Amino acid sequence: MAATSVWRRKSFRRAAIQGGFLAAILLVVVVGTLTARANLAAQGITSGFGFLAKPTGWDLNFSILPTNPNDPYWWFILAGICNTLFLGFLGLFFATLIGLAVGMARSSTNPSAKLIGTTYVETFRNIPLIVQVFFWYAMSTQLPGPKQSIVIGNAMLSSRGLYLPGLNVTMASAIAATAIILAMACLLLWISIAKPFRRMAKAARRNLKLGVLGGGLVLAGVSLLLGRIPGTPLFSIPELAGLNVKGGIRIQPELYVMAFAIAVYGGAYIGEIVRGGFKAVGRGQLEAASALGLSAWQTFTRVRLPLAIRAMLPILINQYVWLIKATTLGTVVGFSDFFMVISGAITHSGQTLELIAILMGGFLIINFSLAAILNRINRAIALKGTSIGVAH
Amino acid sequence: MTDAALTALPSSESRLVHRLKRDYFSSPLGALVTLVSVGLIVLVGWKVLDWAVLSATFDPAARQPECAANGGACWSVIANRWRLIIFGIYPYEEQWRSALAIVAVIVMMVLSCIPSFWSLRKLALIWIGGAATFYILMKGGIFGLSRVGEEQWGGLCLTLFLFVATSLVGMPLAIGLALMRRSEMPVIAKVTGVFIDCVRSLPLLSILFTFAIVLPFMLPGFMIGEKLYRVIIGGGLFFAAYQAEIIRGGFQGIGTGQEEAAKALGIPYWSRITRIVLPQTFRLALPATINQFVITFMETSLVVVVGFVELLAAANAAYGTGDWKFAYVEVYAFISAIYFMFVFGLSRYGAYLERRMNVGRR
Repeated sequence: MAATSVWRRKSFRRAAIQGGFLAAILLVVVVGTLTARANLAAQGITSGFGFLAKPTGWDLNFSILPTNPNDPYWWFILAGICNTLFLGFLGLFFATLIGLAVGMARSSTNPSAKLIGTTYVETFRNIPLIVQVFFWYAMSTQLPGPKQSIVIGNAMLSSRGLYLPGLNVTMASAIAATAIILAMACLLLWISIAKPFRRMAKAARRNLKLGVLGGGLVLAGVSLLLGRIPGTPLFSIPELAGLNVKGGIRIQPELYVMAFAIAVYGGAYIGEIVRGGFKAVGRGQLEAASALGLSAWQTFTRVRLPLAIRAMLPILINQYVWLIKATTLGTVVGFSDFFMVISGAITHSGQTLELIAILMGGFLIINFSLAAILNRINRAIALKGTSIGVAH
Repeated sequence: MTDAALTALPSSESRLVHRLKRDYFSSPLGALVTLVSVGLIVLVGWKVLDWAVLSATFDPAARQPECAANGGACWSVIANRWRLIIFGIYPYEEQWRSALAIVAVIVMMVLSCIPSFWSLRKLALIWIGGAATFYILMKGGIFGLSRVGEEQWGGLCLTLFLFVATSLVGMPLAIGLALMRRSEMPVIAKVTGVFIDCVRSLPLLSILFTFAIVLPFMLPGFMIGEKLYRVIIGGGLFFAAYQAEIIRGGFQGIGTGQEEAAKALGIPYWSRITRIVLPQTFRLALPATINQFVITFMETSLVVVVGFVELLAAANAAYGTGDWKFAYVEVYAFISAIYFMFVFGLSRYGAYLERRMNVGRR
């Protein structure tokens, strides 16, 4: 009798259910880990993260960080993460450009431009990304050899890759220049959205921005000049030399195919988001702008675009996170992204559990921090008191 | 305005000219945009038409030399390879079963799109019935059908099976997760929330990889099962994490008054959920749910990475042999058209439903 009355008490019942829930989860995790340990030990693999310091003995086919088979596992994993981020930002950048163009075409009043936009979106959005990746990759492998390469300006496209004009500088100075420009971009963004700077006078803020921009460019230029390889012209232009191409920067088919596929596919989705953003701007706002005598261009840049950006940003954040995750498809064409490095490391070292944990942890960190940064921007530019662009 | 201007209504021809002028040639820039885009449409349209129909080769006996002579698409590859693309490596004499199974799944999908079947019991009946028909036809072993193992399933058939099974596993799981996330018990709500957020920020590829290759190490021997079903459970989990958030959005859309009133009437929890909350939630969440189904259908193609011969892998195999190496565009165009039909059809249907529901709300 006493037992049932205790069970009837709501608070006790709740505590028991929650305790049981936690215990069940704990049980699953513990049993899983123990079984895995036993199975791996049977194959002669000891658990632990000690293997991260061992040399790998194999190499990556693409990396923006220098790697060689004597480097330890942790360096390879770091290189994989850098590759993923590099591809991700490249893809996001071009996808945003395409998306803006497509979204504007779709919300234009010109029916023929609208038709192009609609056809683009419906074609590329309704075919799985991985099919598109396979298709572009098959196309890139069937391109003509270097001798018959397709030449556009100073760029050359052939089965060996895409050759772009570049600078004759050392790797270190190129990395330094990129880092300086990235830091400058972050600083500019911070100045435009952070609170302390908002209180500054408009002219002073503008001068500060110009100063940062100029300083950053000068620093980047100096670091490039310092790293110049002596005895070579500053610009390196790809040209045919025998059966091969000399000079310029070679971009591997794996990289440009992935960046292109993500840009084309993401562009269709972002185009829809952009269209939705333009649609969310009320007619009244535009009519008020034209009643005030603003020109079509002013209405667009001062009223329509700023409001549309605020309306589309929350959805855009989800799309960006989705596209970063889509870079894992690089593994099907052999692009050494984070996922491919991890699966390669699993095959070579057998440290399955640890590597999967690193993979999941890495993606959680990348995606949560991307979402956090973009949400911060979203909050900073949201207009107070309107329903447009306020984080829900 | 004078009377003359009012009475002189434009004739039908000048109205057409007027509309053309307003829409296409309103300004020099507008005229330029029109000319460029019309030119682009005509050029691309002509190229595609010429490639796909006018100079294409349709003769099944043709090979590369004949196709190259005609200059256009070489549809002979589809005529020779369509069985591989649709049925995978399913035994040749039994492929009629595979075809019937595809028809069963399509009938099931069409039936569940008709509003008069929208009740929990009818939908569950249709889906479980459809999946069972598919499974019996494909696997055999009873009714005099010979037994065909899962490792021989492939092509479009496997894609459809993955889609149906992922949805069937994922939907109940999603409802469960969504209910747990809004639970009044803080531990359950928090843990479920963290779980959903983590699954959502992982790439599906890594989840499939884990379920296909890593999980066998972690499970006691009797729980390992077939790789196909482990992958389906992984896909279902991923589906559930996204769908649970969609359902949660639906929960937020219906007023708390509904549930409070039901509580005041003394209706128990399960009746409250199944009779009052969930039906309204699903109505609100319908467009997003259909969108989720669309994404799930496209994402079935990812299982190619863990070694299944579904539609995409079958297509890769179809042009992979020496004979047809040149015809990759035709093969990808063919499977893209198949994906497009399903995905475009579903998303148009979703847009139609959204319009239909908005009419009632206005």
